Amino acid sequence: MTAEPTLNPAIEARDISLYYGDFRAVKNISMTVEQNKVTAIIGPSGCGKSTLLRAFNRMNELMPSARLEGEIRFMGQNIYAPEVDPVRVRRQIGMVFQKPNPFPKSIYDNVAWGARINGFKSGIGTPSMDDWVEHCLRKAALWDEVKDKLRQNGLSLSGGQQQRLCIARTIAIQPQIILMDEPASALDPIATLKIEELMRELIEEYSIIVVTHNMQQAARVSDYTAFLNMDTDRAGTLVEYGPTDRIFTRPVDPRTEAYITGRFG
Amino acid sequence: MTMYSPRSTFDRHLQRLTDEVLVLGSLVEQAVLKSVEALSRQDRVSARSLYHQDQYINERRYAIENECIVLLATQQPMGRDVRYIAGILEIITELERIGDYAKGISKITLLMDDDGEPEAMEVLQRMANIGLVMLRRALAAFTSSDVAAARAIPPDDDAVDRLYNKLHDRMIEVMLNDHARVNSANYLMWAAHNLERMADRVINICERVVYVNTGEMKELDTPNGLEDLKR
Repeated sequence: MTAEPTLNPAIEARDISLYYGDFRAVKNISMTVEQNKVTAIIGPSGCGKSTLLRAFNRMNELMPSARLEGEIRFMGQNIYAPEVDPVRVRRQIGMVFQKPNPFPKSIYDNVAWGARINGFKSGIGTPSMDDWVEHCLRKAALWDEVKDKLRQNGLSLSGGQQQRLCIARTIAIQPQIILMDEPASALDPIATLKIEELMRELIEEYSIIVVTHNMQQAARVSDYTAFLNMDTDRAGTLVEYGPTDRIFTRPVDPRTEAYITGRFG
Repeated sequence: MTMYSPRSTFDRHLQRLTDEVLVLGSLVEQAVLKSVEALSRQDRVSARSLYHQDQYINERRYAIENECIVLLATQQPMGRDVRYIAGILEIITELERIGDYAKGISKITLLMDDDGEPEAMEVLQRMANIGLVMLRRALAAFTSSDVAAARAIPPDDDAVDRLYNKLHDRMIEVMLNDHARVNSANYLMWAAHNLERMADRVINICERVVYVNTGEMKELDTPNGLEDLKR
């Protein structure tokens, strides 16, 4: 495996392996994710990309048979240490899913919900809930499109708008890292570009890890790219990890070259 | 080993592009060869026709460039594929410029007001021969992805440079001794300069072969630039 970014770590996987029951889905992955950057995880179907992504905020645990070996370090702490509350981890490390999943509530309440679960209380020196909802919708590049219909149901929005609403809801919780699992695969090209543009803006404040099947998207949107591949035992391994511009023009590992040029297997 | 490739159509496009680069290369090679022959025989009819044929080389180059742009836009190549297409874009530019040198030599044939020096003509022929062998080898290295072969070509440029310097000195001598021949000596110096530049452009092609196959972007020139000045 080639050199990886390490300047300002946002989160760091240390020799992690992930199991579903007896099946090892991902093995021996070490990678440091850089702060305020977009890191893309690419690789063929079934190579463990989403499993790896979900490990970064303990989302796999929602499946009873899932188990992790190794450590994930975030702000100087192993997030899998027994004393760590997974719900708190998920507040700090939010997630946006493939299919937009707004609550069947108003646009306003979708965002306010995120703020409330984070214990948001308005008062002296803090913004009002209205201001905070506006702030989050602006950050998610959605405000101008919904400001006159905040009481409408979130599900009445288009797919791309729904996805940006989910991003606004995630931002409302004030996470440090946003995990995105194929965030644009259900969207048309223009809505996709809007999400990608938004990601570039969001990294001023957050770090983003995105799983994508779309290599052009990874190339467009990310600063670093990690290529995962299935080993002979079908466990996902990290083949190559480095700056995106290098990975897509001068990959070092022949498996990366074969994958990105579409001459795989 | 034959294996199903999900990129078969794209691979066929790339192969066709490669063939077209070779066709362009051989057109350029013929243009240089014939323009130097026309110059040494003072064959104005041939020179005039060669002068106009350059247009055809330019058109072929634009056609290849256009195909490269279409492939970039429609296939979104990555890794070696994008380096390969970028390499072709650079190589066809170099080939087209070599074609321009041939055109320049044809123009010189039309402008010459005497038969020139047989000795100079012979030096020009030798320069062209060495340069064209370099060109042929560079294009072979390109099609066979042979990095070692590409790296082995640039040192041959030294022989071209030596001949150029030799011709240069000889033409200065002619100019000093016979004012009536200043014009033609000057033209022959220009012809030699064109052939010297041709060999330099072949080195650029060699650099692209290395880049396409290794991702390494570096000059392959032999470091003799400044010593030439103290000659």
